[in-house]
Amino acid sequence: MNDKLQLFDGDLPVQEITNTWYDEFRNSNYGAIITFVGVVRDEDNIEGLSFDIYEPILNSWFDEWQKKANNKNAIVLMAHSKGDVLNHTSSYIAGVCSPKRRVALELIDEFVEDFKKSAPIWKYDIINGKRVYAQDRSTKITGAGILS
Amino acid sequence: MVTIDFLGPINRDSLQVDIKSLSELSEILKNDEVVSSWLGNCAVAVNDTMISSKDIALSDGDKVSLLPPVCGG
Repeated sequence: MNDKLQLFDGDLPVQEITNTWYDEFRNSNYGAIITFVGVVRDEDNIEGLSFDIYEPILNSWFDEWQKKANNKNAIVLMAHSKGDVLNHTSSYIAGVCSPKRRVALELIDEFVEDFKKSAPIWKYDIINGKRVYAQDRSTKITGAGILS
Repeated sequence: MVTIDFLGPINRDSLQVDIKSLSELSEILKNDEVVSSWLGNCAVAVNDTMISSKDIALSDGDKVSLLPPVCGG
């Protein structure tokens, strides 16, 4: 069990997660704790988003990021939803704790961007109660196409 | 046998196939009506490790996963 990567069914209890991270890590002498909270927007007549996650590869992707952060004396944190998440609630929180502000600001940017293009998570729009794969917003993982 | 898992939005049940390489798998899936159109966009993992070449031998009990384009967050 990796307590720095948490998955939830449905929308995230944002205050609980971020308060727990703050309480856990403020005493670890990190001078910078940054969280990024993603909120589902009401657009294109969607009711919300829905997510599938392939956990074995998500875990190894996250572990690689943890090593990268640890090499800079920092840690990364993440929470994500599985299943349906309605508009104006949260499906994703990323966090970085670091002794130094600059390291934290740079890491949160790289961590979130790599998450978007590499983490094995699939997004669907919820339209009229049905899941529609968000194909046009999805990104091929590096190395895709070797079987074609 | 090798198990083939189709992840995320690919609407296809797992397959059990008797193959020794990813090249053999490629030939099988090119003829699969549901999966063939996904192949150009899918990344591949063998036993949950991402791979970048199809020059990989497969053994009995291995698992191959096809990962279509992703969008977390």
